[in-house]
Amino acid sequence: MTKYSAFSLVRHALSGNRNWTRAWRDPESKPAYDVVIVGGGGHGLATAYYLAKEHGITNVAVVEKGWLGGGNTGRNTTIVRSNYMMPGNTMFYERSMQLWEDLSQDLNYNVMISQRGQYNLCHSPGQMDAARRRGNVMRANGIDAELFDRAEVKRRLPYLDYSDKARFPIHGAIYQSRAGTARHDAVAWGFARGADRRGVDILQQREVTGYLWDGGRIAGVQTSQGEIRAKKVALCVAGHSGHLAQMAGLRLPIETHCLQAFVTEPYKPLVDTVISFGAAHFYLSQSDKGGLVLGGDLDMYNSYAQKGGLPIVEHTLASAKALMPCMSRLKLLRHWAGVMDMSMDGSPFITKTPVEGLYLNGGWNYGGFKATPASGWCFAYTIARDAPHKDNAEFTLERFNRGYQIDEKGVGPQPNAH
Amino acid sequence: MIRIDCPVCGLRDETEFTYGADASVTRPAMEDTGMQHWVDYVFNRDNPRGWHREYWHHVQGCRQWLVLERNTLTHQIGTCHLARDADLAVKEAAK
Ligand SMILES: Cc1cc2nc3c(=O)[nH]c(=O)nc-3n(C[C@H](O)[C@H](O)[C@H](O)COP(=O)(O)OP(=O)(O)OC[C@H]3O[C@@H](n4cnc5c(N)ncnc54)[C@H](O)[C@@H]3O)c2cc1C
Ligand SMILES: [Zn+2]
Repeated sequence: MTKYSAFSLVRHALSGNRNWTRAWRDPESKPAYDVVIVGGGGHGLATAYYLAKEHGITNVAVVEKGWLGGGNTGRNTTIVRSNYMMPGNTMFYERSMQLWEDLSQDLNYNVMISQRGQYNLCHSPGQMDAARRRGNVMRANGIDAELFDRAEVKRRLPYLDYSDKARFPIHGAIYQSRAGTARHDAVAWGFARGADRRGVDILQQREVTGYLWDGGRIAGVQTSQGEIRAKKVALCVAGHSGHLAQMAGLRLPIETHCLQAFVTEPYKPLVDTVISFGAAHFYLSQSDKGGLVLGGDLDMYNSYAQKGGLPIVEHTLASAKALMPCMSRLKLLRHWAGVMDMSMDGSPFITKTPVEGLYLNGGWNYGGFKATPASGWCFAYTIARDAPHKDNAEFTLERFNRGYQIDEKGVGPQPNAH
Repeated sequence: MIRIDCPVCGLRDETEFTYGADASVTRPAMEDTGMQHWVDYVFNRDNPRGWHREYWHHVQGCRQWLVLERNTLTHQIGTCHLARDADLAVKEAAK
């Protein structure tokens, strides 16, 4: 495996870029592994990478039913931030932010992290108070946060609607300067390459269809291409968590919902940051190719269809127009959807399960891309040591039995409301 | 666009309705003190890939709560009843 560098770029350019070797192998499956990870999205691949790098566990396979990053990892709007307020979330997401900051160097793969900052707009005095409180919690934990009034937001983001006609007047914003975006595919590919070079087998086009049992203990997986034995089986299957848990006899506090995203035709540089509307579920950024990347609300009903309905297209574009009227003449280029693992309190799980030998990573809602590095790091720790790290100690299933939900938005057990 | 055949109003667009919740969960009896029954009722779901029984509210129409079957893979709609009729049918079957 060659190390990528400026030197290797020049060398390959001189030979017409004909001699690059593939970034990871396409191996045959071994009959048995120490750990089998189900799901080759960012979280599964990061888990494999950190199992090998931090814990020396390299007899590992990642089993993916489609292609790497073909799930939510390759479908998301790539926002990375650490502005969480609830104990249990705050320091976990900050660990992720810190890992993002040198991920490209660590992986020797450019994940194109761009810390362009993120604004959460406030449209009422009440929202300003809530933002101030959130900002104080963040700063008390050493995380950067700034509160801006209307005049400052107008100075920084002059293209939003500040007229008397604005449906939701902008009162101010909370801003995290270290937040931003990263390149989603590169995250999957970088972790895949890093895991592969440490000996992890990545097995694509292979669906897990059941488990192998040893008494009451899980001892491997059945796949579309035969059995693989494993001491530990780790699920990283996002919207398919409920389905794979059910095959092991578990019911989870998760529902699967559909979330859409949109890209407009390319436009000259306009939005150099990430902006979240505070009046409806809507946010935008601008991609390096110039398209405005728009995100909206869930389709609201349970869905595995991986395709969204038109009412949300209209809702998202109405929000866009209300916030930034100058967008009204842009055409949409593409839109698509992913199946989200919406949990009952809006927070995730990185935990052992009641089934011996089965480990769960899921419940990421709309926000698991930013979590990718810390999720892999903490899940690897939990699998290797059979105990959680303090940063994922609250992400258990039992929190619901104890009444310790981590409900960042305070909306109760209604998955489509988080 | 999903279209729902409301027993009162006829075939209407999804935008007239609000999705409620999973209608397959049933509340334990009030005197039931088994903690796990309540945790299952409030938090845990089957989350099926395929047919799902669910509540919808015809909020921009007759304002009735409905129970309908919908396929979560294809968004195809199956049976659709008024929630109170569906509830009576469940109680009848339990007798
Ligand atoms: C439209 C949209 C916008 C989003 N925007 C953001 C955002 O701006 N910021 C943010 O932080 N998060 C965002 N998210 C959420 C984020 O994308 C996800 O939480 C995160 O990518 C989940 O990663 P993952 O590795 O857990 O899942 P995935 O990438 O979905 O990986 C799971 C993998 O498991 C595989 N799999 C499933 N079943 C099986 C099986 N039986 N056998 C083998 N393999 C199987 C799937 O094929 C898939 O590749 C967004 C999501 C969507 C859909
Ligand atoms: Zn009606």
